[in-house]
This record gives sequence, structure tokens and C-alpha cells, in this order.
Amino acid sequence: MRVLKAGQKLKSSVCDTQVMVIKPIPGEHDLRCGGAAMIDMAETPSGTLDPAVAEGTLLGKRYVNADESLELLCVKGGAGSLSLDGVALATKQPKALPSSD
Amino acid sequence: MNIATLLEMAADAFPDRAAISCDGRSLTYAELLAAARRGAAAIRAAQVRFVGHLAVASPAAAVALFGSAIAGVPYVPLNYRLTGDELAALIGRIAPCLLVADPDYASAVALPEGVRTIDRAAFLAAACDPAQPALDEAADETIAVQLFTSGTTGQPKAAILRHENLFSYIVGSVEFAAAEEESATLVSVPPYHIAGVSALLSSVYAGRRIVQLPNFDVAEWLRLCRAEHVTNAFLVPTMLSRIVDHLDAAGAAANVPALRSIAYGGGRMPLPVIERAMAHFPGVDFTNAYGLTETSSTICLLGPDDHREAAGSADPLIRRRLASVGRSLPAVEIAVRDEAGRSLGADEVGRILVRGPQVAGEYGGLGSLLDADGWFDTRDRGFVDAGGYLFLDGRADDVIVRGGENISPGEVEEVLLAHPAVSDAAVVGIPDNDWGEGVAAAIVVREGMVEAAVLQAWVRARLRSSRVPQQIRFVETLPYNEMGKLLRRVVRAEFAA
Repeated sequence: MRVLKAGQKLKSSVCDTQVMVIKPIPGEHDLRCGGAAMIDMAETPSGTLDPAVAEGTLLGKRYVNADESLELLCVKGGAGSLSLDGVALATKQPKALPSSD
Repeated sequence: MNIATLLEMAADAFPDRAAISCDGRSLTYAELLAAARRGAAAIRAAQVRFVGHLAVASPAAAVALFGSAIAGVPYVPLNYRLTGDELAALIGRIAPCLLVADPDYASAVALPEGVRTIDRAAFLAAACDPAQPALDEAADETIAVQLFTSGTTGQPKAAILRHENLFSYIVGSVEFAAAEEESATLVSVPPYHIAGVSALLSSVYAGRRIVQLPNFDVAEWLRLCRAEHVTNAFLVPTMLSRIVDHLDAAGAAANVPALRSIAYGGGRMPLPVIERAMAHFPGVDFTNAYGLTETSSTICLLGPDDHREAAGSADPLIRRRLASVGRSLPAVEIAVRDEAGRSLGADEVGRILVRGPQVAGEYGGLGSLLDADGWFDTRDRGFVDAGGYLFLDGRADDVIVRGGENISPGEVEEVLLAHPAVSDAAVVGIPDNDWGEGVAAAIVVREGMVEAAVLQAWVRARLRSSRVPQQIRFVETLPYNEMGKLLRRVVRAEFAA
């Protein structure tokens, strides 16, 4: 369980995935990737990928929970899937905006 | 958050794709990231508070922007068109600094103590040299960019943009890697303008190659569009106006087959210019982007479909949207309030406020100007129509208060510009003993002559009598800055002289 902060970078303990918190959900939560709790960038990875949650993360995709109170940006893709408090996160559908600069 | 992450992601996704081209030289995303990391090591070694950039657009500007971010030092691109004295004063405000500069510009300034100058070409060459040290880990710093405002009303203010503001803007408005590999954007706004900074960030994040045009020129713009197969371009209204004039005069088609999209912003777009532009570029998507330095660039967009719908509509309420700046970005809220701070309804003119993670609203030495609820007063006036489209109506500071009545200069200018003899008009307030302020107009005539009394009658026939200019001066040209912003304080001073 951990408190998430906007701008915070976290990495998977069991694959290459790295995420940045774009919109933090208040309170303490269990954020996992590939079945293992996500860790700070300075921590040492350990454990193995759970094949049941290994659909992978994609670089540049945004991941949200059902009510979009949490938004993460995948800044490095990996083999594990993301979950919050035991529920899988989904990719946020991009809103097609025209290029403005 | 660090904007360097945007470049790291692009270099991870498409290392070998061309990122930036200028003067026949090109860098891939992997090369640009490597150059930024070496630039960062040089910046860190210089032990300075700021990195200044006093040079025309080139890949060195991108290396300095991302290199400063990695080093954790605020990046300050400076307006090389200012006078030596003006630049000396601004550079004095950021010393001690490392100044990446074109030698011609640097030598024209009496540089203050604590400024280390490095030739722009030498900075880029060292950053591209694999033998130079690199800083791989981006620093944890909050301020990314500091931009001096143009100071059209007074002393330039130092607008502060934090990493989280710029990062939020990009992630909120650009989809990562959305650009096709062959797409290229032509950037002709200068590097010291917010649009010049945001163009680098959004193009890198989208994976769209940046083509730089250091000094805008219509023929060169058209040539680069063809030679570089440019698909996207951003222009300020003055530039688009010159392109349209050129095409009208040449009587030829633009002949830019790859071009798919033109975005414009940075000032008021005259309706005839956008209408003529749409006629000259029938297959091109037009987007109007409204934003401020203090809001990390765009906050509202009038998209291509909005343009087509408005241009083709017989309904005046839809048709007029061609003159609007569109609707707010998803992560941005807009409010219109009266002088007492009350929220106004549809079509009611007031002050425009903006809120969202990309809104910085902060100045060096002044701190944050956001209110307790996070709203930033843009000092622009305008209204939102029933469909959520925002229309601008000048700056709050430019409003003429005549006998307690608020008069917007734009309203009078629009009527004057509709007169066939008038090619340009600027309306300002002048001191008036009876009314407090009076209406005055500086007019540029097309050809031949027109009497002041004729123009006064023209306005009287179309607006309330309080709007009729009591003084009219005929001038050769109106004072604009290089971004096409009318310098009203200069017009006012000419009336006072």
C-alpha cells in the first residue's frame, strides 16, 4: 500500500514497465504490475512475473481505473499488466485533438 | 515530472526516426536525446542559475531546452530582436547564466557580470560529439522554462513555467507517437515565443519531425513546404496574411501537396484573412489555437470541422464561429466573469479566467497570481456562446471607459476596417475632460484619401454615438511587434504627443 503523488515515477518489480502518476487517487492504494507491488525508481526489483497478469503495458498509453480517479502514463513498456487494489487498469481512449503547435 | 521524459519516451519508441532538421542537418530522436544529455553535462559543469538562449531557431534550441531540463536549470530563450540595452537588462536578471548565443547578437550586448557565453554552433557541435561527457539521469527540479513577456504594456515580466505545467499541457493535448513517420511540421515562430517552445515539446511527443525556419519569409516558407514535404505548420496571423497576399499577387496555386494542416494563433485573426486562406488551401485543415505564455500555450481550439461548418453555414450564429477561438481543451476550464467577479452567462462579455494543470500564472519576483480556487485572470475580455465557443474582445487593459461606459477598441476597429478606404485601424482611449476618456483612432488608408468626417459618419451609422472616434489620425503604418501584436501604448503615446 502506498500514497501516490502527481509526477511520481514508479517501476515494476517484475518487468520493464515504468509509469508516471498523472492524476493521483487520494489515500493509500495497492498499485501492482505483473502481480507485484510497484516500487520506487531507486529500489531493487525482485520476484517474478505472474503469467496471469502479463498482457503487457504499452509505452505512451495512459492507464486509468473505472471512474478515472487515477491516471498513469506508461513511460516505459513492459510485460506485466497494471492493477489498482486488485482491479485491472484499462487504457484511456485518446481524444482526437488537432495539432495546435 | 520532467519534460525530458517526453524526449526519452520518443527516443525509446523510435530512436532512428528523424527528429529535427535545419539547414540541411538532421538529428534522430536517439541523437537528440544523446545531445541533450551531453548539453546537460556542460550546463551542470557551468554551475549557473539559468541557461539563456540568444539565437535564431536551430537544433541548438532543442538541445538547450531538453539539456537544461535534464540538468535541472531553468531555460530562458531571449528575444534577439530587442535592443542591446533591453537585452542587457533581461540578461542581468538571469545572471549568473550560461548564454547559448549567436556571436552577432551576443557582441551587440554589454553583457553583465556572471554571464558565460557559448557560441550556438560550438554548443551544438560539442553536444553531438560522443567524446563529451553526458548526464543520463534527469534532475528533480521544478522550473523548466522562464519566458520574458513581450512587455507591450510595461516592463517585461518573467513568466515561470514549471515542468508539471508543460508536461500536463503536452500529455493533455497530444497523443504519444500519434504522428505518422513521414509527417513533418514547419516551425517558423521564434524560439523565444511560447509557441516556439511548445512546438518542440509537442512535435517530439507526437513523433513528428521538426523543420525550422529561422526567419520567416513567404517564398522560403513555400519552398521549405515543398522541399521538406511539410505536412503541418503553425503560423501567427501576420504570417498567414503575408502568404495569402503573396498567393493573391502571384495569381498561382500554393503548390504544397504534402501540407495537410495549418494551425494559427498568437494574435487576432482578421476574418477576411482566414476566409482567403481557406480558399487558397482547400484541402488543408485549419486550427485556431488560443493560449497565453502563462498557460503553457494552447487552452482553446477551433478545429478543422468547426472551420468548415462555420464557413459553410447560413446561420449567423454558426457562421460567426469562424472568428472565435473555439472550445477549451479537455483538461482546461474557462470562466467569464464581470468586474465584481460574478459568473456571466452565454454571450455576455467579461473577463476570461482559466484553470487547469497546465496553467502556471506565476512570475519571477511576483509569485503566483492564481486565486484561491486556482483561477488565472488572462486579462483578455470575451464571451462564450451557447455552444461553448469562446470569442475574444480585446485586452481588459485596453478597454476605453467613457463616461462610465466600457468601450472595446475591437468593436470600433472592426467597423472602421469594413470601410473600403481603410486598410488598418487602431482605436485607443485618450484623456478627455468631459468624459474621462475619449475614443481616438489611428488609420492607415488603402489608396487615395478619405475625410475623417466620412469615417466618423460611417461609425455613427453603425454603432452608438459614444463609439464615434472624436480624434482621427492618418498614419503610414501601425506599430506592431514582430509577432504581429499591436503596440497600443505606442499608438496612445502618439496621440499624447
